[in-house]
Amino acid sequence: MPIEIPKDKWPGSVQTVTLGATAAEGGTRTKTVTVGGQTSMPFMHFEAPAPHPPVVAIEIKSKRPEDWSPLLAETWGEAMDAPAKWAAKAQEAGADLLVLALTLNDTPESAVAATKAVLSASGLPLIVFGPGQVEKDNELLVAVAEAAKGEKIGLGICEDKNYRTIVATALANGHVVTARAPMDVNLSKQLNILITDMGLPLDRILMDPTTGALGYGMEYGYSVMERLRLAALQGDRMTQLPMIVTVGFEAWKAKEAKVGEGVPAAWGDWKRRAIHWETITAMALIESGADILVLRHPESVALIKAAIAELIPA
Amino acid sequence: MALSGIQIYKLLPQTNCKECGYPTCLAFAMKLAAKQAELSACPYVSEESKKQLAESAAPPIRLVTLKGPEGEVKAGNEVCLFRHEKTFYNKPGLFIRLQASDPNLAEKVRQAAAYKVSYVGIDFTVDGFAIQADGDLGAAVKTVRSVTGRPLILMGDPASLPAGLEACSGETPMIYAADASNWEALADLAAKYKAALAVKGASLDEIADLTQKIQAKGVEDMVLDLGGKTLGDWLTLSTQVRRLALKNFRPLGYPVIALAAGGEKEPLVAAQAIAKYAGFVVLDTFSPELLYALLVLRENIYTDPQKPIQVQPGIYEINKPTAESPVLVTTNFSITYFAVANEVEGSGLPAWLVVCDAEGMSVLTAWAAGKFDAERIAKSIKGFDVASKVSQKRLVLPGHVAVLSGELEEELPDWEIKVGPREAVDLPAYMKQVLA
Repeated sequence: MPIEIPKDKWPGSVQTVTLGATAAEGGTRTKTVTVGGQTSMPFMHFEAPAPHPPVVAIEIKSKRPEDWSPLLAETWGEAMDAPAKWAAKAQEAGADLLVLALTLNDTPESAVAATKAVLSASGLPLIVFGPGQVEKDNELLVAVAEAAKGEKIGLGICEDKNYRTIVATALANGHVVTARAPMDVNLSKQLNILITDMGLPLDRILMDPTTGALGYGMEYGYSVMERLRLAALQGDRMTQLPMIVTVGFEAWKAKEAKVGEGVPAAWGDWKRRAIHWETITAMALIESGADILVLRHPESVALIKAAIAELIPA
Repeated sequence: MALSGIQIYKLLPQTNCKECGYPTCLAFAMKLAAKQAELSACPYVSEESKKQLAESAAPPIRLVTLKGPEGEVKAGNEVCLFRHEKTFYNKPGLFIRLQASDPNLAEKVRQAAAYKVSYVGIDFTVDGFAIQADGDLGAAVKTVRSVTGRPLILMGDPASLPAGLEACSGETPMIYAADASNWEALADLAAKYKAALAVKGASLDEIADLTQKIQAKGVEDMVLDLGGKTLGDWLTLSTQVRRLALKNFRPLGYPVIALAAGGEKEPLVAAQAIAKYAGFVVLDTFSPELLYALLVLRENIYTDPQKPIQVQPGIYEINKPTAESPVLVTTNFSITYFAVANEVEGSGLPAWLVVCDAEGMSVLTAWAAGKFDAERIAKSIKGFDVASKVSQKRLVLPGHVAVLSGELEEELPDWEIKVGPREAVDLPAYMKQVLA
């Protein structure tokens, strides 16, 4: 007798968000990226087809990062000295979109120059992250948002302390924001409410629930993401946003990925371990609902893209 | 699915005779629902009720235990689909697959059996071995047993398996795998050798059909191989099986085995299996870096979300500190503690590490939740009488909570408050440059 497979039918759905604008839409991107739109838990295609699979972004920096793992320096080489070269190489490595991370040493001028260089070197949609210090972020991101007007870039990180400035400039210049709250369902919701109260529509907000690397609190982010996605499907409007996770940033901060010397022999081969750290963190978060994965190593990008391709029906 | 107290009450005599030791049948029913009482305490419950209660009490996913002379691996008894709903209980066993015909079998087993890695103070090892009967399985089992007593999975057909089962009789191995063509012979072997039996089929319908036939032959301990050619197929099947099992669909109420099958995909296939409901994961590759990552993933996913792993608050001595050594402060979240302690230990520099009770949260989370503030830190410093250990009162705060330094100076006026790095990995350099 055939088994009756239980199917969940949810009242809610995830908002779709599009990054990038083509010439026809007032920008210069050669393609756009749309995420979201799910009406079931990740990859439950037997219940409902998901229109937009997860995508992979590659993180590049405005200036050569001195504190990145030597393994990353080795693979990106001289491209790390020039954002334009780095962007082109990241596109070749298979990125669906790019994340440009600014540094504390950037000035509004240098941030704008780096953004423009990346936009002209690659036609991929772009997200620009500030260095993560409220005042500096505001100063740099406002200049970047104005210079990239019409390109529909993502602006981050938009937190409870600085959302007003970032949201205002996103509104004025037609961009998307990435809203980050520290691993908490209610804090995420609250920030999304504050942002929408300013008049930014939901299709211009990505949600960064904050994640930890494998071994460094990954399971907290994992469960918060599952709870956010369940709430979204149950119809809670302020949780129905696609999720972006900064896996590369977290995984490559972990000692397991960052360093090769002075670690236990049982940790095995450094390079393969580092790739495992990034890809296994990413894989777990794909299963818990990530829509945009920001990675650093090209080998991780290839592996995760292949995994996503296998997770969606042929 | 477990019954509620009210549902159980309806099955009881409802006479409030008190002979069970509780004042009313309802009170007794509530205790039964909370699994704090035994039904046998009621002398008057009907046979029909007993049967219904026993059925409802059986776990929706059967607990299957593999046993070797050294160690056992349990799978099953899970109660939820998402770990935040309760927790996941039995960590999937990680097995390494080897070929019986491999001339280097003993050496490969020795290597994998010797593997041990430590994460947040817990030691992890490989749980067991799967042996493919492409040669003399009996001889291969003996070879493996000369090295390790960990549980076994024997993979073969009705002709090759008996020699292997004979060589480990008295243990509880898993036989892999019964399908539509050989299930009768393998069920007989499983019954004879008291082994668990893996069951595979082209669809869930076929698998459910087989488990019922095999159960009718007296084999209770089964494990399901769902097949699934792609990551997506496997995820769908595994989720469907978990959902059906939790709805008390008995023919699929068994743990699942996942064969990661080597190659470039192996790490991600295994990672998905660990996150998504596998009870046993078989790897074709023994590689320390992969095992370490998968063992950590398993620990993370199976950590009880209601009880983050914590260390005891207190003052910890690292590298034999003296009265001149600095005092470092952190929280009692075990990942935080071990990250800090390992770095300080690795630096070779002595220090006192004060672990504050921050309810098991990391530095930033605890600070945001108000569980790691100047008052709490000062209370720990005073409570553990840290001042009596040092002549030079230097206290290093984690960089993430630099904002607390002013307040802490007020709370601890005779201490010098320093702000350390944000990340543990930068501590050795900081200690060398700033504290030397």
